[in-house]
Parts: sequence; structure tokens; C-alpha cells
Amino acid sequence: MSAALTLTALGCVRGDRTLFTGLDLALEAGGAALVTGPNGAGKTSLLRLIAGLLPVHAGSITIEGTIAFAGEHAALDRELPLERALAYWVRLDGRDAGAISTALGRMALTDLADVPVRMLSTGQSKRAALARVIAGGADIWLLDEPGNGLDIDARTRLETAIAEHRADGGIVIAATHQPLAIPDAAPIEIGNGA
Amino acid sequence: MSALFAIARRDLAQNFAGSGWLLPLIFFLLVATLFPFAIGSDPTILGRVGGGVLWTAALLAALLPIDRLIAPDRDAGILDQYAVRGISEEVVAIGKIAAHWIGFGPPLMLAALPASVLLGMDAASLWQLELGLALGSLGLAALAVTVSALVAGLPGAGALAGLLMLPLAVPILIFGAGALDEFQQGAFALLGASALLLLAIAPFATGAAIRAMRE
Repeated sequence: MSAALTLTALGCVRGDRTLFTGLDLALEAGGAALVTGPNGAGKTSLLRLIAGLLPVHAGSITIEGTIAFAGEHAALDRELPLERALAYWVRLDGRDAGAISTALGRMALTDLADVPVRMLSTGQSKRAALARVIAGGADIWLLDEPGNGLDIDARTRLETAIAEHRADGGIVIAATHQPLAIPDAAPIEIGNGA
Repeated sequence: MSALFAIARRDLAQNFAGSGWLLPLIFFLLVATLFPFAIGSDPTILGRVGGGVLWTAALLAALLPIDRLIAPDRDAGILDQYAVRGISEEVVAIGKIAAHWIGFGPPLMLAALPASVLLGMDAASLWQLELGLALGSLGLAALAVTVSALVAGLPGAGALAGLLMLPLAVPILIFGAGALDEFQQGAFALLGASALLLLAIAPFATGAAIRAMRE
């Protein structure tokens, strides 16, 4: 992987409210950033900007590599068993079925592979969304509150997955309120004093 | 291209798994059953109005699936996931229109067989109706996906969808019912033209609506 991500003087305006301006960030392969800030400061908007889901009005974003986005929703078909729901995205991402079982194992979901997605608890569907990101094999992970609803074991698994992804040359940007151990992550604090 | 195929296949599988395709079909047959009760069973009257009744029923049946075409995928974050993968909103729209038509058009044409018997239509009119429905349902399916994207997430989306869709579908109704009249020679061609126009505009209108709803 030769992933890279550069934000230059990035600003975000939602409605007529300016959420943040002049945000600079440069991440090379293996880099990470941790986005923090109060509710409504624009953490999710920042991730959606980078993911290309919101139009950029100020500043610029340059991205090398593919993107995986884990937002508020797991984006898995509720009626399907977990494994088949994951398979839809994994096939779109051009990966083989082995990636699914590996990702399920990494998030300790192997026993739930045949359970319909609608039966999963909050923490389990969060883990399922992370499994989707892991299985997709994208270069840049954008994680919105990845630690929400996770128990201690799952959070350790998340931290391990992030560390391994970075060791493989991937980039991780996580927005979170929870303490999340991402060594040497570039801190991005938005919304304070703005 | 493979993304388009995957999207259409997923939507189609969901449509048939959730029995969503049955609803318009049952509605269509119900109208055909109710009409003879309302206006009596005189075959000459029924034969005269039957085609128009079935076209109106088809139009109203096209409204039923609107709330499940776009909104559930928007709420579940599926549409965002497509965008993150670089799949354009227009490709998503084409996949959804194709899947929706397969679950809407052919079942409607099938239902038209018993419905035409209930309304005492002759074989020639039935043939014209089937041909018309094949074309018209393309336009109606495209319009349904477009309107579904336009109203997704709005309060009172269902009622709004009807107000938006029915006026836009009027050409399909006029030319579709007109094509059953042997004295209106050009109606069938105009039905085709209006259906194809709707089909051509729909992916772009739907794509723009999906992008706009992220703001």
C-alpha cells in the first residue's frame, strides 16, 4: 500500500454554521489521526468530508488509496445472516470469501456468522461494521466513534486491528469520545474556542 | 458494470424476499374486482371502461412501493457505502430502476390477464394493454425510483410522493389508455416516447436527489 492523505486549510460549513476552518493534516502510509471535540463540533462532518460524502467548500483534500468508512450505521442488510450481509460488500470490494472469515475472527464474531443482522446487539453491530472495514481491505479507514458500545475485549481487538492495519501501511482516522489507544496518532481537536 | 449488476441483484433479492412485489399486484387485481361491483356487470359498459380502469389501477399500484425503494437504504447507510466505493449515484439509480421494474412490470402484466377477464375485455384490447403495460411500466418504475429519492427522509413522504408522482405519470395514463382505442393511432408511439423520456431522465434526477439528501 502507498496510502497518503493530505488536508489543506480544510473548512466545513453546515447550513449557515461554520464548524471548523483552516484544518491541516498530512498522513503518510502507517499514519493515524485521532479526532476529538465536543458533540456537534464537526467530527462526523470531517470524516464525511474526507469520505467524499460532503462537498468541500473551503480548502482541499488529496487522497491516495481506497477508503473504508464506518459511520453511524453498520450498512448491513438486517434480514440477512451476518456472513452473507458482509459478503455483499466484500464482493463489491473485489475480495474473496476468505477475507470475511478472517475479519469475523478478528472481531470475535465467528459464532454469530449465521445470525441475522437485526438480532445483533449495539456492540455486536458495531463490531460487524468494523469487520466490514477490515474485510474490505481499503487503504484508509475512517472510523466514526468506533469504540461506542464495545466491551473491553472488543476495544482491545479494535486497537489491535488498527495497529495491524497501520503496520501494513494503512492509514486510520478515528473520531471518538472514548479513550482509544492509537500510538503516535496525530491529535485533531475541533470545536474548541472556535 | 459489476457494481451495477450487484446492486440490481441485491435489490431484486430483497424485493422478492420481502414479498414487496406482491403488494402492487394484489392492489391491481383488487381494483379490477371492485369495479364490476361499483358500475354493474353490463359487459358493454365494462368493456368500454375496462382498459382505462386498469391503466388507472396500474398508476396507483406504482405508488405503493415508493417508501421502500430509496429511504431504507439511505437510513441504513447503504447509499453512503456505495459513494465511498466510488460507485456513482447514477449507477445506483440504474441498478435500482432495473430491479424495481423486474419486480413491478412483469407481475403487473401477468395480473392483467385475470383482470381483463373480470372486466370483460376482448383479446385484441388485452394484447394492446399488455404491450402498453410492458412499455408504460418501464416509465412508471423509473418515475417511482426518482420520486422515492426526492421524498426520502421528508416528513409525510408517502402523501408527498403521490402528489409528485401522479401528475408526472399522466402522459403514461393518457397514451396508455389511448392506445386501447383503435381511433387513436399515434397513442402507442407517444406512450413509448413518454416512458422512454422518464426512463432517460430518472437516473440523473435520482442521482442528484441522493447527493442532495446528504447535505
